[in-house]
Amino acid sequence: MEAVREVSGRAIPFGRKNIDTDLIIPARWLKTVSREGLGRGAFEAVREDPNNIFDKPEFARAPIIVAGDNFGCGSSREHAAWALLDMGVKAVIAPSFSDIFSGNAFKNGILTVVLPQEQVDRLLEVAETDPVTIDLEHQTVTTPFQDRFTFEIDPFRKHCLVNGLDEVGLTLARDAAIAEYEARLEAEKPWLARGTGLAA
Amino acid sequence: MASKPRTLYEKIWDAHVIERRDDGTSLIFIDRHLVHEVTSPQAFEALRLNGRKVRRPELTLAVPDHNLPTTARLDAAGKRIPIADLESAQQLEALEHNAPEFGVRYFGATAREQGIVHVVGPEQGFSLPGTTIVCGDSHTAAHGGVGALAFGIGTSEVEHVLATQTLLLKQSRTMEVRVEGDLGPGITSKDLILHIIGVIGTAGGTGYVIEYRGKVFEEMSVEGRLTVCNMSIEGGARAGLIAPDDTTFAYLKGRPFSPKGAEWDQAVAYWRTLKTDEGAVFDKSVVINAADIEPTVTWGTSPEDTVAIGGVVPDPSSFADPSKQKAAQASLDYMGLAPGQRMDEVEVQNVFIGSCTNSRIEDLRAAAAVLKGRHKASNVKWAIVVPGSGLVKEQAEAEGLDKVFIGAGLEWREPGCSACLGMNPDKVPPGERCASTSNRNFVGRQGPGARTHLVSPAMAAAAAVTGKLTDVRELV
Repeated sequence: MEAVREVSGRAIPFGRKNIDTDLIIPARWLKTVSREGLGRGAFEAVREDPNNIFDKPEFARAPIIVAGDNFGCGSSREHAAWALLDMGVKAVIAPSFSDIFSGNAFKNGILTVVLPQEQVDRLLEVAETDPVTIDLEHQTVTTPFQDRFTFEIDPFRKHCLVNGLDEVGLTLARDAAIAEYEARLEAEKPWLARGTGLAA
Repeated sequence: MASKPRTLYEKIWDAHVIERRDDGTSLIFIDRHLVHEVTSPQAFEALRLNGRKVRRPELTLAVPDHNLPTTARLDAAGKRIPIADLESAQQLEALEHNAPEFGVRYFGATAREQGIVHVVGPEQGFSLPGTTIVCGDSHTAAHGGVGALAFGIGTSEVEHVLATQTLLLKQSRTMEVRVEGDLGPGITSKDLILHIIGVIGTAGGTGYVIEYRGKVFEEMSVEGRLTVCNMSIEGGARAGLIAPDDTTFAYLKGRPFSPKGAEWDQAVAYWRTLKTDEGAVFDKSVVINAADIEPTVTWGTSPEDTVAIGGVVPDPSSFADPSKQKAAQASLDYMGLAPGQRMDEVEVQNVFIGSCTNSRIEDLRAAAAVLKGRHKASNVKWAIVVPGSGLVKEQAEAEGLDKVFIGAGLEWREPGCSACLGMNPDKVPPGERCASTSNRNFVGRQGPGARTHLVSPAMAAAAAVTGKLTDVRELV
């Protein structure tokens, strides 16, 4: 995974609340066996309107979206994160995110920045005309107008993002601990360890 | 060990911690993993590219469901009918190859066990009380109905579970949804969960695991509990739980992957310990009065947009929150509804009975009970019944339910996710309404421009008969 330290540039002001993953990427786009090319289907229903914000030239390849409460709710489809990445988005700022989406975003190096509604409202206003900068190391969001908002982020997530670490690789290195747990499970709850009985 | 009283969630969590880390996350063992064709190809591909294996293939079960057509899968000669949509065919083919390549048990498109993952898991005894269950699908929450900690994950996490049989997680907060009293006659588990979501809102459960408590749930069938827990995600909660009890054990006994013989007794003894201790504290508590619940329908494009069937479309200005006012107005524009309009006068052109929320045998019985001896209204152009699995289909046919549906002018289909999300050919046309037993009424969910009203199976059947949203209690 690519390391992320700073995301800076135009931010798409899309302040709706409850932006669900069906809206981010409709189901018909999920019939792919690849992670790429989903940007074409991103926000399809919104983009039917020729005056939609996503297709305004000033927001082409904008790396940030500023949104309302509960961003990414609904379906667990990681395609939503892949679609955002494919359209050039590297960070989303909102008052809250669904749990599943924020996990998916993190695994793809997309920052989910939680700020209070008043600060999001301010950014929605700034984003109309000016760029926004997210500094992950210092956990700040700034604008050219001396706005400076700080945000919280899970320390483990920050560590992985800043260093571009692959979580599967990290966990595989814990093999001994997993094996010990499995041995205990087999001894204490053998009925649970059988599963479909189709062992390798 | 004299420990402090714990909630059911905390007990299951504690039993699955491999190691706790200083940053507050824990490495959690995953007991059961369900895999379907849509969210898994990229995960298997990543394993292949990195030369990684599936750590515990016997703990994963694969079954296609999302984009299989629900029309006949075999021709008269018993030969597989190819899927017309090339991308769907390709995804199915990927799973057909990945499962054997990685040693995973697979119920293929024409197997009698095939069905929607969240119907198949409990039905096969693969989903068991006290287990951690994951799947690349947010409705995995359903399996909380058998007392499992079950939640949806993204494809990167699917890859993580395949490779390590674990997930790195932060412990959730706990929320109790306590329902007091009894449901009125004709009120179903679907009405109950729609009502609950209306109360807590779609983000009300974010960061929480919900435990549903109260006599209503104790007296509820396992099918009903699966329906309730299934929609926990619509309240923002990744998982919902109902404590396992004798009803759960009776449901699971003798199923193909359930424990057998002495091990069954051992399992049940453990499962009996899986309940919230007296004195355990929840981080949040919501109390609902069962008597307040009427047959419930949705009017908008968020599952929290619920109203009793006897009610009216709300006025957007009636909401306190300005962003909700805006969202409600946008919903009404999309839905083609006006404030003050009576819900029981809203005409529907389509009816969908199915999905991981409501496609189990009890759901089909409830719909058939309403449809028996009746016929769908002439303005209802398309009405389909999609059983949740091949085994549900067999059972329904053995009970003659298929004949009731067909006699009433509904189509009787093959199992799959179908019109819940319109990935296969089953879609609602633009601008038309659907009374749907599924779980999401999002914009475009059942097809571009489709207008969804979420309802129970009995209410969907009633809508088919009258051609409009209808209080089913008037028909029984």
